[in-house]
Amino acid sequence: MIIAERKPMDEIKRMLAPYKKVLVAGCGTCVTVCWAGGEKEVAILASQLRLARSAEHNEISIFEASVERQCEREMVAEIKDKVTEVEAVISLACGAGVQTMSEMFEDKPVFPGVNTTFIGMPEKEGLWVEMCGACGDCFLDRTGGICPIVRCAKGLLNGPCGGTRKGGKCEIDPDKDCAWVLIYRRLEKQGRLDLMRNYYAPKNYRAVKRPGRIQAAKA
Amino acid sequence: MATPFRKILKTKDFVVTAEAAPVKGSNVSKAIEHIELLKDKVDGLNVTDNQSSVMRYPSLGVCLLVKEHGGEPVLQVTCRDRNRLAIQADLLFAYSRGVDNVLCLTGDSIDVGDHKEAKQVFDLDSVQLIHLIHTLNSGQDMAGNELDGNIDFCIGTTATPSADPLEPQLIKVEKKLAAGVEFIQTQAVYELDELKRFVEFVRKMDDKVKILGGIVPVIGAKMAAYMNDNVPGVFIPQHLIDELAQTPKGTGVAKGIEIAARMIRQMREEKICDGVHIMFIGREEKVPDILEAAGLL
Repeated sequence: MIIAERKPMDEIKRMLAPYKKVLVAGCGTCVTVCWAGGEKEVAILASQLRLARSAEHNEISIFEASVERQCEREMVAEIKDKVTEVEAVISLACGAGVQTMSEMFEDKPVFPGVNTTFIGMPEKEGLWVEMCGACGDCFLDRTGGICPIVRCAKGLLNGPCGGTRKGGKCEIDPDKDCAWVLIYRRLEKQGRLDLMRNYYAPKNYRAVKRPGRIQAAKA
Repeated sequence: MATPFRKILKTKDFVVTAEAAPVKGSNVSKAIEHIELLKDKVDGLNVTDNQSSVMRYPSLGVCLLVKEHGGEPVLQVTCRDRNRLAIQADLLFAYSRGVDNVLCLTGDSIDVGDHKEAKQVFDLDSVQLIHLIHTLNSGQDMAGNELDGNIDFCIGTTATPSADPLEPQLIKVEKKLAAGVEFIQTQAVYELDELKRFVEFVRKMDDKVKILGGIVPVIGAKMAAYMNDNVPGVFIPQHLIDELAQTPKGTGVAKGIEIAARMIRQMREEKICDGVHIMFIGREEKVPDILEAAGLL
């Protein structure tokens, strides 16, 4: 899923400074699961904004709404009435959600309330880790199901760099594992270390032509 | 004129190279001073490429200075700052100006340097870079286009014999050897047994490649601890840290030189490897002292 983090309060306050009527819009999918932009986080941000503006003697009316997926026009349409009532929207969805909403309500400023960070998974409660770089040319068959494109700090394809720390930790962060040590151990366990000995030619970094666009094959 | 590095590798019993770190700024007088001091005392001057991800005068620029002053340069090329177009273009430029020895490295992460918000590239990795240079040597670019003019780089690379775990590193070394390199310059080594094991491993695959042991003199216990924590791929053992800790104040540099020379002598006398690469970062003027103490002058 897509992982995001709430933006700092000061940044959100700065974006909303000119407005008196604002909608905080949540999303019920990825950002709900990663505690960044679901109904609960919408309520928290709404309260924080009310308190902050009240303390500044600059009252603000906050409306709250969430849809199941902000990245789908039909679902965003469900909150059209609420959007109509406000001067601006702060969306707690990922970048795709913010842009869907912004496209649907072109006359309204729509601001991002979260920073969209990566595609990942929960490692344990409250900790999410990056798993996929959406490179468009999946390499996982060669690496025991561990992605070196994003889990190696340098995205190397032919083994670890020379900076691996003792115990197989990453050069840039002793709390992170060296992806190539993980790949080595996984392939060793599976008796498939030959895969690591293969030479992999430079990757096609243009597998997805930006901006990405995929047309489904006709049935 | 300096002897071509490839010829040195083939003919000399014990090869000695030293690192020349580019300056921070446009004033190259310090770099020239180091080149003049070292060019006739070592077989090659190996010029770093934005070392430790710190932006500096370019490796190729200092290599040209080495050439101008009659030394033999080794151009370091990392994969961090340039994509495949830029790397190839720089290599064409280098070769056209007589800089024909290349050391292929991954490059440190942007995070350890002084421009921490920069976009890091890593379009290629070091194994792919070695393959790329062979492609240029064959007269083509990576896209398969013919190149006008001869190219024949002498190719080297690096390895970390002290890595833990070592096996994944060795697989990468195998891939570098399979790609074809003429010399390997190791990361700083402090345990000669580790270097011996590494050389034995390489020899099983390739009996021609020359292996230069990496020497980074350590001048104090604090510096050793700092390096262990902050310099990627460096592992200084406790017994050396203890030896440095017992050194009287003000004699750290002399001690560092003594330890480095002791290791070099042992590498040479016991034929542990084919030479050394000395990296005395920020104290290049002391390299001759190491060479003298090691009996190499």
